[in-house]
Amino acid sequence: MIYLQLFLTFLKIGAFTFGGGYAMLPMIQAEVQAHGWMTAAELVDFVAVSESTPGPFAVNVSTYVGTQIAGLPGALCATTGVVLPSFLIILLVAKGYERFRASKVVAGCMSGLRPTVVGLIAAAVISVSGTVFFPAGLSWAAFTQTSFVVSAVIFMLMLVLVMCKVHPIIVILLSAVLGIAASYL
Amino acid sequence: MGDERRGSRVMELFLVFLKIGAFTFGGGYAMIPLIQKEVVEKRHWIEDGDILDIVAIAESTPGPIAVNAATFVGSKIRGFCGSFAATFGVVLPSFLIIYGVSFVLRQFEDLQVVRYAFNGVRAGVLALMVKALITMYRQCPKSPVSYAIMGLALAAVAFFGVDVMIVIIVCAAIGLATSLMAARRSAA
Repeated sequence: MIYLQLFLTFLKIGAFTFGGGYAMLPMIQAEVQAHGWMTAAELVDFVAVSESTPGPFAVNVSTYVGTQIAGLPGALCATTGVVLPSFLIILLVAKGYERFRASKVVAGCMSGLRPTVVGLIAAAVISVSGTVFFPAGLSWAAFTQTSFVVSAVIFMLMLVLVMCKVHPIIVILLSAVLGIAASYL
Repeated sequence: MGDERRGSRVMELFLVFLKIGAFTFGGGYAMIPLIQKEVVEKRHWIEDGDILDIVAIAESTPGPIAVNAATFVGSKIRGFCGSFAATFGVVLPSFLIIYGVSFVLRQFEDLQVVRYAFNGVRAGVLALMVKALITMYRQCPKSPVSYAIMGLALAAVAFFGVDVMIVIIVCAAIGLATSLMAARRSAA
């Protein structure tokens, strides 16, 4: 039953998201690929779409995958799934949040989760690097292809802009223009 | 009359978070200043210091920060109905926009020019991710345990394909165990 599958998959994603969108990319990627809902490249493309539209990545990607797989009911199931764990947990926490904030157990878990988020984003960077630079797999020949050089140049330029705090939407628009321009090379 | 006012406050929560949801690009942290302006400065629903509590709690519970913050503010102001209205409001714009976008994307994804554009965009997304990695690394405590957990999480997910859910549970447990041991050692 596809609706239940969408709901449960995104329930799991919603329940184990810490540290924002990019940290959850490895989990989303594993789940959507295991179900055959999206390829790695499509997911990276959707990250760009999500950065250019309002709302959190988790909600955007659940709505998108739900729609692609099973239309409006699918989108409703997936989005409800991703929001429900947050909603229920915060309802519980809000009742006794002074205690939650002072809790040594919560602080202890967070001291483990903060570095985990760094590790997860690093894993996402490695995986997306593969998609960007070596779409046909890693080989010596791949380094000499025009597409590799183009991607590398766009990446370096955009990294400079990003480090100078240029807004993500401008970075995405510019890299799209450069991508199109590069096709005339 | 009391009921009427309660009802209108719930409606107001819905509308305020609808606005916040519609104008927050890039998720979570981008939304905090907007919440501050709408909820603290304009409407005085919560006090200024409480915003920090909201951020701290949204970070240390699972789920998107935007959803956590909306549920929390709604619950503080009007209990269950308030939290439902705020959460529904903050999610609705994303939902409608992405639902619309998905049809547009499907129509255009086969165009050659769109493919070229996305080839460039993927490299741009990678740059944004590297920035996020650097930011999160800088915020992270620099201790041997912390480095060990980073390495463990990275290796488990990138090279051994371990389920992220398991990685998160194990790393939270390691953090809890080491911080409790450190507390006991300093007490002794």
